[in-house]
Amino acid sequence: MRELIQFRNIVKEFDGQLVLKGINLDICENEFVTLLGPSGCGKTTLLRILGGFIEQTEGEVYFDGIEISNVPPYKREINTVFQRYALFPHMNVFDNIAFGLNIKKENKDVIKQKVTKMLKLVGLEGYENRAVTQMSGGQQQRVAIARALVNEPMVLLLDEPLGALDLKLRKEMQVELKKIQKEVGITFIYVTHDQEEALTMSDKIVVLNEGEIQQIGSATDIYNEPENEFVAKFIGESNIIDGIMLDDYRVVFFDKEFECVDYGFHDNEPVDIVIRPEDIDIVDVEKGMIKGTVKSILFKGVHYEIMVETEHEDLKVHTTDVSEVGKEVGLSFFPEDIHVMSKMAAY
Amino acid sequence: MKTFRKLVYPYCVWLGIFVVVPMLMIMIYAFSQAGNDVTTLSFTFNNFAKFFDPVFINVFWKSIKIALITTILCILLGYPLAFIIANSNEKFRATLILLMTIPQWINMLIRTYSWIGILSEVGLLNNILSFLGLPTVSLLYTDFSVIIGMVYNFLPYMVLPIYTSLNKLDPNLINASYDLGANRVKTFQKVIFPLSIPGVMSGIIMVFLPAVSSFVIPKLLGGGQYMLIGSLIENQFITVGEWNFGSAISLIMAIIILISMYVLKKFDKDITEERGSKA
Amino acid sequence: MIKNKTGKFISNVYLIAMLIFMYLPIIYMCVFSFNSSRSLTRWTGFSTQWYERLFSDYTIGEAVYYTVLVALLATIFSTIIGTITAIGLSKSRYVIREIITNINDLPMMNPDIVTAIGMMLLFASLGLEKGFMTMLIAHITFCTPYVILNVMPKLRGLDPNIAEAAMDLGATPFQALIQVIVPQIAPGIMSGALIAFTMSIDDFVISYFVTGNGVKNISILVYSMSKRLNPTINALSTIMVSIVTIVLVLINVVPVINAKMKNKKISEEGNY
Repeated sequence: MRELIQFRNIVKEFDGQLVLKGINLDICENEFVTLLGPSGCGKTTLLRILGGFIEQTEGEVYFDGIEISNVPPYKREINTVFQRYALFPHMNVFDNIAFGLNIKKENKDVIKQKVTKMLKLVGLEGYENRAVTQMSGGQQQRVAIARALVNEPMVLLLDEPLGALDLKLRKEMQVELKKIQKEVGITFIYVTHDQEEALTMSDKIVVLNEGEIQQIGSATDIYNEPENEFVAKFIGESNIIDGIMLDDYRVVFFDKEFECVDYGFHDNEPVDIVIRPEDIDIVDVEKGMIKGTVKSILFKGVHYEIMVETEHEDLKVHTTDVSEVGKEVGLSFFPEDIHVMSKMAAY
Repeated sequence: MKTFRKLVYPYCVWLGIFVVVPMLMIMIYAFSQAGNDVTTLSFTFNNFAKFFDPVFINVFWKSIKIALITTILCILLGYPLAFIIANSNEKFRATLILLMTIPQWINMLIRTYSWIGILSEVGLLNNILSFLGLPTVSLLYTDFSVIIGMVYNFLPYMVLPIYTSLNKLDPNLINASYDLGANRVKTFQKVIFPLSIPGVMSGIIMVFLPAVSSFVIPKLLGGGQYMLIGSLIENQFITVGEWNFGSAISLIMAIIILISMYVLKKFDKDITEERGSKA
Repeated sequence: MIKNKTGKFISNVYLIAMLIFMYLPIIYMCVFSFNSSRSLTRWTGFSTQWYERLFSDYTIGEAVYYTVLVALLATIFSTIIGTITAIGLSKSRYVIREIITNINDLPMMNPDIVTAIGMMLLFASLGLEKGFMTMLIAHITFCTPYVILNVMPKLRGLDPNIAEAAMDLGATPFQALIQVIVPQIAPGIMSGALIAFTMSIDDFVISYFVTGNGVKNISILVYSMSKRLNPTINALSTIMVSIVTIVLVLINVVPVINAKMKNKKISEEGNY
C-alpha cells in the first residue's frame, strides 16, 4: 500500500497552549484510519489541519508527496463529513449533494446521475427534494456522507460523525460506513472518542492523548498489546498492576513469579502489567494462581462483573459463571493474557 | 393556570382605547367630510380623490423613490460593514458593535441637525473642497442632503440585523463549502449570502418603513418647501388644518406599508421554504 | 475569511471610513458648541457662552425636566403593564393570545406619524386638553408593546409548572407571581424597561402631535429651535452625547474590568 498522507512533526498552538506536540503519522491508500482519544486530545485539530480549515504552527503535511500547507481547502482532494453535518439549510437534499459538482460546473445530466447513484449508496433513494431541515439525524448524516463522496475525493475525513445519533442508529451506521468505505475504496480518516466504534471499524487506530500519539496499530494490537497505561485504560477495561520484569518471559507481581510472553525489557525493570477482566478465570481456591474474596458482583447483561479482593489490589473479573459475595476464590490466567508495558510514558 | 388569564384584561382595555379606537378614528376622518361630528357623519371618498391630484401623487412617488434609494444605499453600505464586523476578531467585534450603536442612543433630531453644519453652503464639506481648490457645491436642502440624512440615521438598522444573521452562521457551513471545492467568492454567493437574506429582509423593513414616513429629516435637511408624504401629513394637521385629508393620506400610507411588510415577510419565507423543497 | 493582506487593508479602510461617516457630524457639532460666534461653519474662537446660555435658559431646563419625567413615568407604567400582560398572555388560550399580540404589534409596525395622528384625533374627540397627561398616555402606549416583546420570550423559556409548584407549596397566585415568576423573567423585564426608556427619551413624532400648552420635550425643543441657527442646540447636544457615551462605556467596560480584576486576584492568590 502506498503512503498517501504524511504528517511530519505537526505542532499546533492555540493561545499559548500546545494542542498538538509534534505528530508524525503516515496514512496509506484505502485505509480506514481512526484517530481515537479523549476530548481535547487534539484529534479533531489534526483532522482540521488536513482539511485545510486551520493551519499548523509547525511541521508539514504531505499529500501524495506534495506539501499542501498552503493549498486552500477548496483545492484539496479531500472532503469532510462535519461533526454536526453542516448541511446547507437553504438547499434541499439534491442541491446539497450536487453542491460540489455544481461548483465544478459539471454537466447537468452527469450531476443528476451521480447524485442519484450516491443517494442509492447511502440508502436515501427518492429523497432528492426533501428539505434537509426536515430530516432525522441519521438521514442528515447520510446526506452529509453522500455530499462528500459524490466529489470522488481521495480521502474522506469524518469528524465524530455518529456522535449525535442514538446508540442503535450508531451501531447501524458503523456497519454501513465500513461497507461504504469498502465499496468506494478510498481512505477514510475517522475521528472519535468512542473506543468501541474505533475497534469495530478501523484498519488502523491512532490513539492520541494530550497532543501526542500513544500508539498506532490494528484494533487487535491495540486491544491486546497496549503500549502504555493510558492506552490500556482508555481501550476496554483492564486491571493494571505494578510489577518487575525479571528477565525475558519472567515477571513478578503480587509477590509471585509468573510466566509470560513478553521479552526485550531490561532485567529487573519496573513495569505495568495489564490483565483484561475477561481473561481472568474464577477457579477453586486451591487451583488459583492468586487467592481472593469476592467483594461485589454486578450483573452486566452478558456477563457478571466481579470485584475480587486480594492481598494486594482488587481485581476486576468478567465471567458468565455465578459466584457469591464473600466467597473465597482462586484466580487464574494464561501467560499470553499477561501484557507487560514499560513504565516509561508513551512508546 | 387560569388565575393568571385575568391579567390580560387591563391591557386589553388600554389597547382598545388607545390603539384600536385611534385607528378607527383615522378611518372615520378619512371617509368623512370636514366639519362633521359624530352625530352628523357623512360618508365620502372625496379625501381620497383629492390625493390623486398630480401634486400629491408626485409627493407620494417622491417619498417612495427617496425611501427606496435610502434602502438600497443602506444595503450597499451596510452589508460590507456587517460582513467586516462579523469577520473581525472576537475582542474587536464587541467594540465595533458598540461603536455602531452609540449614535443610535443620541436623539435623532440632534443627529440629523448635526449634518446642517457639514452640508451647508459655508460648511465643513465646502471648506474642504475649496481648500483642495475644487468648486464648492450646494448640497443642503436637496434630495442629496435628505438621502444622506436618512442613510445616516437608518444605516445601523440595516447593519445590525445583517450582522446578527451572519454571526449566527455556523462556521462549519462555510468550511463545508470550501471543502466541497467552492472558493471564497463562490462560497459567499452560494452559502453566506443566501443564508443572510433573512437579516437583509428585516433590515429592509427597518429602513424603508421609517424612511418613507419620516418628516423630521426632510424638514431639517430638505428645507421648508421640501415635501415628502410624512411632511404632507404633518402639514395637513398642523398648518393647513385639513384633518380629513390628512387622515386619508395616513390611511393610504399605513395600508401600503402594512402590505409591503406582509409581502416582504412572505417573500422571505418563500425563499427559505422554496430552497428547502424545490421540485 | 478575509485572509489576504490587501483584503484586510481594504476592509480596514472601509471600516474607518464608515466610522468617520457615523461620528464626524457628532464630533463636528460638539466642537462648534465651543465656538465663540453664532456661526456653525466658521470657527472664531473658543468660548463657553452657549453653555452659559443653555443653563440660564428656562425653557431648556423645563424641556429636560419633562423629557426625563415622562420617560421615567412611561417606563414604570409600561413595564408594569407590559409584564403583567405578558404573564397573562403566556397562560391565555391561543386565539386570544394571537389577537392581542397582533393588535400589540400595530404601534410597532405602524409609522410613528400614523400612531401620532390617531392619538391626536382621539384626544381631540375626547376633548382632552393636550399637554403632559396626553403625552404620558401616548408614551405608555407606544412603550408597552416593546416591554411585552421583551418579556414574552423569557416566559416561553420558563418551566410551565413552576407557578403550580409554588402554589402547591402554599403560595397564593400573587405570591407565586412575585416570588417565583418575576425573578425568573427579570432580565427580560429589565431590557424591556431599558428599551421603553430610550424610546420615550428619543421620541419626537408622537410627542409633537399629542402635546400642547407649552409642554415640550427635548426633541420638540430642538425641532423648534433648529429652524434658526442656534448654537445652544449644539451645547445641549454635546451634553447629551457625553452622557450617553459615558453611560454606554461604563455599562460595557465596567463588567470587563471587574472580570479582569477578579482574574488577576485569582491568579495572584494562585501564586502564593
